Amino acid sequence: MESNQIIELFYFFEDSFIGQYIRDSTWLFPIIESFHLLGLAVLGGSVVLGDFRLMGFILKTEKISYVVRQTRTWFKFGFYLLVLTGVPLFLSEAVKCYYSRAFWIKMVCLVIGIAFTFLVRNPLVLKNQEGKLIPLLGFSSFFLWTVVAASGRWIGFS
Amino acid sequence: MLNFVEWLATTKWSIALHESLYLYPWIESSHVLFICFFFGTLIFVDLRLTGKVFGDLSIAEMNKKILPLTIIGFCLMSLTGLLLFYAIPIRNYQNIFFRIKIFLILVAGLNALFFHKRMSKEAKNWDKDSLIPTTMKVSAVASLFIWSLVIISGRLIAYNWFDCDRQPQTEWINFLTSCVVEYQLYEEIDGI
Repeated sequence: MESNQIIELFYFFEDSFIGQYIRDSTWLFPIIESFHLLGLAVLGGSVVLGDFRLMGFILKTEKISYVVRQTRTWFKFGFYLLVLTGVPLFLSEAVKCYYSRAFWIKMVCLVIGIAFTFLVRNPLVLKNQEGKLIPLLGFSSFFLWTVVAASGRWIGFS
Repeated sequence: MLNFVEWLATTKWSIALHESLYLYPWIESSHVLFICFFFGTLIFVDLRLTGKVFGDLSIAEMNKKILPLTIIGFCLMSLTGLLLFYAIPIRNYQNIFFRIKIFLILVAGLNALFFHKRMSKEAKNWDKDSLIPTTMKVSAVASLFIWSLVIISGRLIAYNWFDCDRQPQTEWINFLTSCVVEYQLYEEIDGI
């Protein structure tokens, strides 16, 4: 897709009914944004507990598969809340996002983060794989989600 | 108090923070990350009390293993929070959402105090299958609810709908934010 087609698509998003509706309201964007932050805290907490276990910092006597299983449900809950609030936030300022470097960094890391979590980290961990790679797995996941969160916050500064 | 925050605003570091292009956003981003450490781990401590997660661990074990992380998160979150306040002291002090947030933090603190007093008395004898008193469960759920409101009101501090420099506001808003408004001036402007 050529870049002018992408920008047209982003204008289309911004002109969408939801996008306009949010822009026309004083309160809607801040409220949705607050719940987005809340979702981040839920997802972030699950990532911290799971990945710190993988890195061997906490809950050392518990099996890694057990810790990940316990946190997985809340990871998903946080994730759904983030998507549910993130999409309308994006629609309301899609064109600004197009020109924001932070937005693109976030999206790339988000896609990698989702693929890494569901295709690499969780399957390996749930099989109770042991070994030197496990802490690296935890570190990579923690690093990826940190970049997603921080660059996400940075969209608001640009 | 207003004198104090006015003095804070004139200090060298406050001005430097306020005017910095990158430092302020960095502190704010790390504040958000530490919220994940604090609130994100607190969720699991509180949910354990309702019996929803980590059923294989006793409550005492759970607290011993997770709470240190929660406390570290709280300290770093408070530190970055104080810096954010210090960067824009007057505006934050008179911001209605900031005031709501501080009030809610006090309520959450009292709830935690009540909770830990009872915990230290009773939880020693609990194992992983012990029945948890309903009041403790209520306290755990209340903790999650109040801290959620703290996060939401914290995010709203950024918005200036009720700021003192945006007049006229209703009287009770100006009362809650301790705005010093020179009504006479507005009447004169209206008169023109």
